[in-house]
Amino acid sequence: MLGMRVAKRQEPLGYLGSCLVVGGALILSLLLSALLLAIRGTPPLQGIVTLFQGAFGSPWALEDTVLKAIPIYLCALGVAVAFRLKIWNIGAEGQFALGAIGATWVALSFPDLPKYALLPAMVAMACTAGGLWGFIPALLRQRLRANEIIVTLMLNYVAILLLDYLVYGIWKDPASHGFPMTPVFSDGAIVGKIGTTSINWGLAHCILLGLIIWVFFRFTRIGFEVKASGDNVRAARYAGLPYDRLVILVMVISGALAGWAGFLEASATVHRLQPSIMVGYGYTAIVVAWLARLNPLAIGFAALLLAGLRVGVENLQLELQVPAAFGGIIEGLVLLTVLAGGLFTHYRLVWRRQQ
Amino acid sequence: MKVLQALLVLLLTVGIGTVHGAEKEMKVGFVYVSPIGDAGYSYAHDVGRLAVEALDGVTTSYVESVPEGPDAERVMLNMARKGFDVIFATSFGYMDPMLKVAQQFPDIAFLHCSGFKMADNMGNYFGRMYQARYLTGMVAGAMTTSNVIGYVAAFPIPEVIRGINAFTLGAQAVNPDATVRVVWTKTWYDPATEKEGAKSLLDVGADVIAQHQDSPGPQEAAEERGKYSVGYNTDMSAFAPKAHLTAPVWNWGPYYVKVVEEVRQGNWKPEAAWPGLTEGIVDIAPYGEMVPQAVRDQVDAVKAEIAAGNDRVFVGPIYDQGGNLKFAEGVAATDEEMLSMTWFVKGVVGTTE
Repeated sequence: MLGMRVAKRQEPLGYLGSCLVVGGALILSLLLSALLLAIRGTPPLQGIVTLFQGAFGSPWALEDTVLKAIPIYLCALGVAVAFRLKIWNIGAEGQFALGAIGATWVALSFPDLPKYALLPAMVAMACTAGGLWGFIPALLRQRLRANEIIVTLMLNYVAILLLDYLVYGIWKDPASHGFPMTPVFSDGAIVGKIGTTSINWGLAHCILLGLIIWVFFRFTRIGFEVKASGDNVRAARYAGLPYDRLVILVMVISGALAGWAGFLEASATVHRLQPSIMVGYGYTAIVVAWLARLNPLAIGFAALLLAGLRVGVENLQLELQVPAAFGGIIEGLVLLTVLAGGLFTHYRLVWRRQQ
Repeated sequence: MKVLQALLVLLLTVGIGTVHGAEKEMKVGFVYVSPIGDAGYSYAHDVGRLAVEALDGVTTSYVESVPEGPDAERVMLNMARKGFDVIFATSFGYMDPMLKVAQQFPDIAFLHCSGFKMADNMGNYFGRMYQARYLTGMVAGAMTTSNVIGYVAAFPIPEVIRGINAFTLGAQAVNPDATVRVVWTKTWYDPATEKEGAKSLLDVGADVIAQHQDSPGPQEAAEERGKYSVGYNTDMSAFAPKAHLTAPVWNWGPYYVKVVEEVRQGNWKPEAAWPGLTEGIVDIAPYGEMVPQAVRDQVDAVKAEIAAGNDRVFVGPIYDQGGNLKFAEGVAATDEEMLSMTWFVKGVVGTTE
């Protein structure tokens, strides 16, 4: 092919090399996006600049991007834990919904509790509910050998229907004129903002939880067992690692983290439960986890990038009337080029020798 | 003295700024819930936007596919910071986000479609679509032979329920035996799901399919089975030329132009506007050629009557599904009762859940 062939590397690409590959892939995806803009008749350079201005170009744009990255980050952190064990949890969306439901139940049942009691109770309930939604597919996988991809995916729909049932039914705000939404949470149930910014304290939750997950994989025995089992299930079983229990553990952690994201979204940004809380963060999280190769710090950057694309594309629409679907296209291009670039971690291109 | 001078300069600049502001180009922003290519609800609003765009000294822009929640707040904040003078948000879920943004930008006129909250600089508006629904119900009632009319509906909220009730009352006005079977898709725009919903209604004997959805999916299902259909939002006859009887349609242009002109002249005041057939904001699409002249004449007569101000749609006697009298003979529903309607009239088969 073009006088080149693909050869396996003796050693996988190092840290610096990987960064170069990812950077190159991102630039390539932006070039392709610019090309698409040019085909549409939009000035491509101006388009890309407008996109990034909308995402990162001003203090409030940055705030908006960070706000959007918070739920994506927690969901992605969760699926990354399961992916480490090569357990394919596609159910962050449903676990997110359950988390929001759990938190809402506490907020509506005990509205008069003070903040320091109410918020922890909401977190606990959100993590329990989200964790339960992760526990079910893990249990079915063990007892009935049900494929967790299918079960987690289908439980997403069950979760969304449950959420709909609640907000259209018993939790519907009597003052909402029949529209599907719960009453607004009491002040004690709302996670506040940091200082004068529009960013909520969920950012601190993200940093703390990211650190905990990093420590878990880096320094704990169970974390090591998860990594080892993920790399080679047979070897792990042979070494006597409790694989089945690890599966349950990662699914529950995964679900709990997505549930935490659901709690933050309901409490800090929407202040109530309503169907439009579901905008697909659980699915974006899968993209983010893969882009970041499951590394907690890198997930932070990937979450910011994808959140920024979503926010920036609105600016692109407003200024240059590019259709909303363009955001999805860029997201897809980024994923495609970065994943394709992953080839170069283990392989390289070498020039064919002239015979 | 220095301070006084500085103040004077400042005042002058502000003064000039205000005078200058009156001449500057007006910027009008629209927030849509679905892509404008949906051929339906957002498309109809965008046709209205283009009428505003055609005004001298006015530029418009829009953001489409905006989820109803925190994202909507961000989109509107972005517009406000960029100095838009008027912002229209066209879906129910934008109400609370818009209220928050409106409180931060008291000099911008905010208008929210289909909600009920207001502020000093925020009004709401919607159209009396139920009037057009009633007329299309009359057409459907006249055209059905199985007396089963299918209705593919989005979400059990008052707007949709009111439409189904008006449609049913219209059908029964010309055909007392007509029943309307409802399926909920829980989607606004999902062509495949909505088409499936229509098929399930055709399977149980419906021979006219009506819809409260933004996609033409149900139209296509009716066309494929050789049955009739009633569209929504815009004239959907291109999607189902043999099936399309008519459709209740939006015509936002006149309203949007009126509001923007009022804001420009400085005499806009927030209100809860609910224009209808009289103002030309809602209408019905041209009849398909299969609709007999007698039916057209009958419907046109009622349309003229409603447009003249005699809104007969929700006037008693009206019974609910359980046979309870909701509005006695001659009693008309108030706007408040219509806006918060959560029960079906007699003749509807289905539940409001």
